[in-house]
Amino acid sequence: MTRDEAFFEFLCRMGDNTLVLGHRVSEWCGHAPVLEEDIALANTALDLIGQTQMWLGLAAEIEGDGRSADDLAMLRDAWDFRNVLLAEQPNGDFGQTMMRQYLFDQYHLLMLQALAGSSDERVAGIAAKSVKEVAYHVERSRDTVVGLGDGTSESHRRMQAALDLLYPYVGEMFESDAVDAAMEEAGIAPDPASLRDAYDAALTQTMAEATLTLPDSRFAHSGGRTGFRHTEHLGHMLTQMQWLQRAYPGATW
Amino acid sequence: MSSPNAAYPDTPDTNAKPKRHEWPLWEIFIRGQHGMSHRHVGSLHAPDAEMAIKNARDVYTRRNEGVSIWVVEARHIAASSPSDKGPLYEPSESKVYRHPTFFDIPEDVGAM
Repeated sequence: MTRDEAFFEFLCRMGDNTLVLGHRVSEWCGHAPVLEEDIALANTALDLIGQTQMWLGLAAEIEGDGRSADDLAMLRDAWDFRNVLLAEQPNGDFGQTMMRQYLFDQYHLLMLQALAGSSDERVAGIAAKSVKEVAYHVERSRDTVVGLGDGTSESHRRMQAALDLLYPYVGEMFESDAVDAAMEEAGIAPDPASLRDAYDAALTQTMAEATLTLPDSRFAHSGGRTGFRHTEHLGHMLTQMQWLQRAYPGATW
Repeated sequence: MSSPNAAYPDTPDTNAKPKRHEWPLWEIFIRGQHGMSHRHVGSLHAPDAEMAIKNARDVYTRRNEGVSIWVVEARHIAASSPSDKGPLYEPSESKVYRHPTFFDIPEDVGAM
């Protein structure tokens, strides 16, 4: 694997995380429990899609194969996606969506803060722009997790169920492989494993405030960021997301 | 003057207590990029003041409208009653000399 191949892989991981989660969050548009949350979720989804354009745009540039960000987003099949499994998990109820959002946002913030100091100016630039949006995402999702966790008996029960369901997808975000080693060596990106302590500290604090119990087991599903094996949910999501370009190849506004 | 629906005195006050499962109503004030003061832009629901500010950020500043947000729960606003408008406002109608349009303001004074 050359350095550029690893770089392309890394950029797809960043861009596919924001693309897949952004699409998931956008599925709430018009369906959120209250108007205010509907607009807030749509804003978050749009932020993530905007970040996707930058990550996948750079990925396409590094690949140098004539593909665009749109091609990468709309014309790859499930096995070529490099998002973590957490991002593709279904929305479930509103609490489950916000739990997924918080678990990802907290990681995302730490990753972008580190990337803002990347040796690659383009990566540092994208991170610096994204980190402001994501600092707000995490503030919002964290408050909602605390509010619902430490809320009524029903909201508490649902948030604990969401945490139990989604926590096994946390570990994958901090896995390291040859791609990460190459990125770290080039000073482009941190080893994800190095972010785990700060993540755990934040998570412990948040869950204590939310009166929720972190599962004991650190068992982690994996296979998303390497593309080895996605969950069944990604393919179903792509049939919706990519339908137009698949049915009408090359369609434009 | 103040009632649970003080900000909307024309709305019948059907129930003194807020309905269950209903977040309180907040009035939102935003100071724009070049504005000198906060202006009322609308209202929204939120469980507490912090979330009201976040919701206001998402609902009312999406297009870069503001640099500062104030929120106040609608029930804390004391409002004049529309039925009092005769005694309250009509007396000033005939007092044109109260407008400061008869003075020349030196340019150094700036915006007033």
